[in-house]
Amino acid sequence: MASGRSDATTDADALLAQLRAFEGRPSGPPAEARDEVNQAMIRHWVDAMGDDNPVYVDEESARANGFPGVVAPPTMLQAWIMRGYLSQPDGAWKAQRDASGEASAQEQLFDALNAAGFTSVVATNCDQEYVRPIVLGDRLTVTSVIDSVSPEKHTGLGDGHFVTTRLEFTDQHGERVATMRFRILRFRPQSSRPKDVALRPRPAITHDIAFFFEGARNGTLLIQRCAQCGVLRHPPRPACASCGSFEWDTVTASGRGTVYSFVVVHHPQVAAFDYPLPIAVVELEEGTRLVGDLIGIDPADVEIGMPVVAEMVAVDDELTIPMFRPAVPVGAGRVGAVTGDA
Amino acid sequence: MSPAVGFQDATAIAGIAQTAFSKHLEPTEAELACTVIVDACADAGIDPSEINALCSYTMEATEEVDIVRNIGCGEITFFSQVGYGGGAGCGVVGQAAMAVATGQAEVAVAWRSRKRGSGPRPWTSTSVQLRVPGAWTRPFGMLRPVDEIAMLTRRYMHEYGATRDHLANVAMAVRKHANMNPAAIMHDKPMSREDYMASRWVSEPLCLFDNCLETDGALACVIVSAERARDLRHPPVYVHAFAQGLPPEHQTMVNFFNDDPLTGPAWACARRLWANSAFGPEDVNVAQIYDAFSPLILLSLEGYGFCKRGEAGPMTENGNLEWEKGSLPVNTAGGGLSEAYVHGFNLINEGVRQMRGTSTAQVDGAETCLVTSGEGVPTSALLLRR
Repeated sequence: MASGRSDATTDADALLAQLRAFEGRPSGPPAEARDEVNQAMIRHWVDAMGDDNPVYVDEESARANGFPGVVAPPTMLQAWIMRGYLSQPDGAWKAQRDASGEASAQEQLFDALNAAGFTSVVATNCDQEYVRPIVLGDRLTVTSVIDSVSPEKHTGLGDGHFVTTRLEFTDQHGERVATMRFRILRFRPQSSRPKDVALRPRPAITHDIAFFFEGARNGTLLIQRCAQCGVLRHPPRPACASCGSFEWDTVTASGRGTVYSFVVVHHPQVAAFDYPLPIAVVELEEGTRLVGDLIGIDPADVEIGMPVVAEMVAVDDELTIPMFRPAVPVGAGRVGAVTGDA
Repeated sequence: MSPAVGFQDATAIAGIAQTAFSKHLEPTEAELACTVIVDACADAGIDPSEINALCSYTMEATEEVDIVRNIGCGEITFFSQVGYGGGAGCGVVGQAAMAVATGQAEVAVAWRSRKRGSGPRPWTSTSVQLRVPGAWTRPFGMLRPVDEIAMLTRRYMHEYGATRDHLANVAMAVRKHANMNPAAIMHDKPMSREDYMASRWVSEPLCLFDNCLETDGALACVIVSAERARDLRHPPVYVHAFAQGLPPEHQTMVNFFNDDPLTGPAWACARRLWANSAFGPEDVNVAQIYDAFSPLILLSLEGYGFCKRGEAGPMTENGNLEWEKGSLPVNTAGGGLSEAYVHGFNLINEGVRQMRGTSTAQVDGAETCLVTSGEGVPTSALLLRR
């Protein structure tokens, strides 16, 4: 058991090194828009979206609002480039072979993930940065690069790697007009888990605490702060015991902290959790403490004072909560000894 | 802090009663409550029609109106409920005693009836909507009181070097007393250190035998003025002092977030208790200390001043908590760990027996007994004397 864990850790490290070698490589060849930015496609888009902003369809309104002419809705960015799946007989990725016919970097990366069992995919988020408005007559080209591959993460869907692709959009003059980062999760499907899996208890979300769980969903660990005297407090509450103020805001925690105390829950067991279950009270470097599950560590290796880092984990479709992982990998020096015992 | 006005020794516990303790009792909680109140009145030699104050826990399922309708009380002129589960017990008796001491009522009854042995474990459903504080623990899998107290215990062990042997000392002392008490659920079950160490983990660092029992049972006591008590069947057991305590920045059962999680409500309660008392901890001959979990006894020994901070572990050594040679025998009927778990009310009745001289582990010449309610929650304590 213990030696199996060590082997798994080594395999994961080797895979990560293999995956990270793709970072910075073009995903595939550049793609050119088949049509220039045109009013007809914009009309279809704004009709479908129900967006009645006149700057997308009316020259006069666009100029009155400081634009050189009719502009395309910014979020249409990718629509100028995308091709329908069926228009590429060999599938989207097969189409992206370079001149020599070799598989694209993206295809090779996905082959490696598939081979390691991360066969399922879900798009997780997309960020767009706009340099200038896109106007009628622009002709866009996109080049895409594999921006980053995350270490293996534990998510509500299953264990997997986040893959971020960076797409640079340029115009007919070769000038950059926008950048998009598109992130997917390639994960190992959880065949063993029953469909009607028991969910973890739902927090009662009130006005006083909603920010914390919204922050977690957005990947940030937030701490409530008194807007008057600046005292940080957790758990959140409506008023400051130090100065009496009811005004508050939040600060984003670094996520770094140490284990203040911990338990390992064994028995009896309820369906929503995996056991043995290590849970810690973590003291954040900002000074407040909070409860969070410990991940990426054998319960026997947990110690008070151990440095940990927060990770926001979606435990199901509705709930994302902070968990904590050792800041320094634990147990690496013990592999030989543990194997010897086994 | 000066003592509470007109309270010291003004009232006495004149009657006590309890049902059998079992994993399963047939009657309903309401029937058990009525039975045990009538029996406590009989023990005192007082007719239930004289009862005019009723006090219990907010978690008690049977309401005052139902007690009154069933056992034929007269007009009730004082009734109160005390919150926070296991922290309530001594507060219930203390508030009943205050009602009698101030003349709000003449005959007060405090009781608790609970079928926690055969009823559901409250934490097992993960689909019920949580109260707000649960947001910071339950979604992470801290579902039960034992997980919450285990978290404090781990920190306590880390800070002071306390060990599982110290926890075993507590569990074994209390079990020894249960073995002497025929009413205790664990009466026939001795426990060795090996038994303790071999029991399964529940929530590390706490194992099965650090946890209290799950019991069906009910208990009650009758409080009257000291003057009246002197004319009744049993020698009076005076309510010498009483206190409740809820410190600043406290969070019930999950006191992990403030500056000093290991000085819980017992400390605040103790300050008021000793201020109200003519005695100090050094004058206490025997103690009944709330023990839903064995480490609560360590925390309480420190909070009530029986030893310095961090010294409760060593204080458990050499049979110090055991009848009959120990310097402070605790939970002489077996406590929540080994007699019965009825939210700590059995500790109150055992305190009364020690002062009457009728305990099955009677401490020779005991004149004073401390009874405490739950540490880790807003709590309460009683100092009884004979």
